[in-house]
Amino acid sequence: MASGRPEKQAPPEIFYNEDEARKYTSNSRMIEVQSQLSERAIELLTLPEDTPSFILDVGCGSGLSGECLTDQGHYWIGIDISPHMLGVAQERDVEGDLIQGDMGDGMPFRPGTFDGVISISALQWLCNADKTYHHPPRRLYKFFSTLYACMKRGARAVFQLYPENSSQLELITQQSMKAGFTGGLVVDYPNSTKAKKMFLCLFAGGTTQALPKGLGTEGAIDMRKNEITYSDKRERIKNARGKSLKKSRDWILEKKERRRRQGKEVRPNTKYTGRKRKAVF
Amino acid sequence: MKLITHNMLTSNIIKGVTKGYPLGIIPRKVEVKDVDYNPEFLARMIPNMDWSAVCKAAKDVGHDEGLPKEIAPNFTENDEFLKAAHHVLLEIDVVEGDLVCPETGRKFPVSNGVPNMLLKEEEA
Repeated sequence: MASGRPEKQAPPEIFYNEDEARKYTSNSRMIEVQSQLSERAIELLTLPEDTPSFILDVGCGSGLSGECLTDQGHYWIGIDISPHMLGVAQERDVEGDLIQGDMGDGMPFRPGTFDGVISISALQWLCNADKTYHHPPRRLYKFFSTLYACMKRGARAVFQLYPENSSQLELITQQSMKAGFTGGLVVDYPNSTKAKKMFLCLFAGGTTQALPKGLGTEGAIDMRKNEITYSDKRERIKNARGKSLKKSRDWILEKKERRRRQGKEVRPNTKYTGRKRKAVF
Repeated sequence: MKLITHNMLTSNIIKGVTKGYPLGIIPRKVEVKDVDYNPEFLARMIPNMDWSAVCKAAKDVGHDEGLPKEIAPNFTENDEFLKAAHHVLLEIDVVEGDLVCPETGRKFPVSNGVPNMLLKEEEA
């Protein structure tokens, strides 16, 4: 994306013209990035193994993500707004069926149809008002509510997206929660500017599911990590005073911990640590 | 567009349409393609299908000969039934034609195998 954000340039049905669509068959780097994102998104779907599932691909474009689904033995339907991208998909002879449609118009499917939904780099397009009558929050809500209806209960929807800023992300998650979804954001490699990838992982009802962990992180992603946690208790005065009393058990434990952090060999803490020896010793 | 997709499509995204199902098909060009037979997938999908809509769609495109009118009671083991379902759902491809909303009569054109479900301003 050398030329900035594509959604700032033109509406999707115009931006993805013949030239742009052609890139998705000829540019090997673009194909590689798309396939990697698709594979990670499919992984996050956690579909039952060895069972062919029925998947919806929102913003399927030239069908690169669909090919990953086909490789794993799943059947899919793709929906996209750009006729040129769909044309490229047709040329590539993808397995899935294609539909031309606008996400913001809603998903035209029967209730309880899909075992899972994936979408690669498409959702951020919905945050733009490309026509005078477009109202992004309303379109997002229509998209999410109709999507919720056409998914099986307990199914997952994974959206890889490039949000422009935090308020855009908030708008998207807010509307998805309003439509009844649970779940949240999974961030892969959050500390890297380049490798960082965001996946909005939504659950359509069913039993409560744990949000998967992002790659390159320790433990679950907590969006509040960068904020100072609020506590209504005052810090213990003992800690506020700094170091513990020299030669006390606390002081010894602290010192051992410090040495451990330096990577030195330290005897484990036991009930004997910091005890006085008997006088007769 | 395969008939399995048609069985999932509705026109209920149009303002004022509540059910919008099943969509009628006015075929202009229908092709039959060979697709790998996957009984496991079919057995999984058939309970979700609206079989009367499948029969109606097959009749619309003129490929309903030999198609059972009801889902066979033990369809998971009934190879004959699964093969008939496979042919109708996955091998018949509507390349050119129209889909018709049963409530408003609005036509969604199918061109080059892709149904166009884009709505106009007043329909959204």
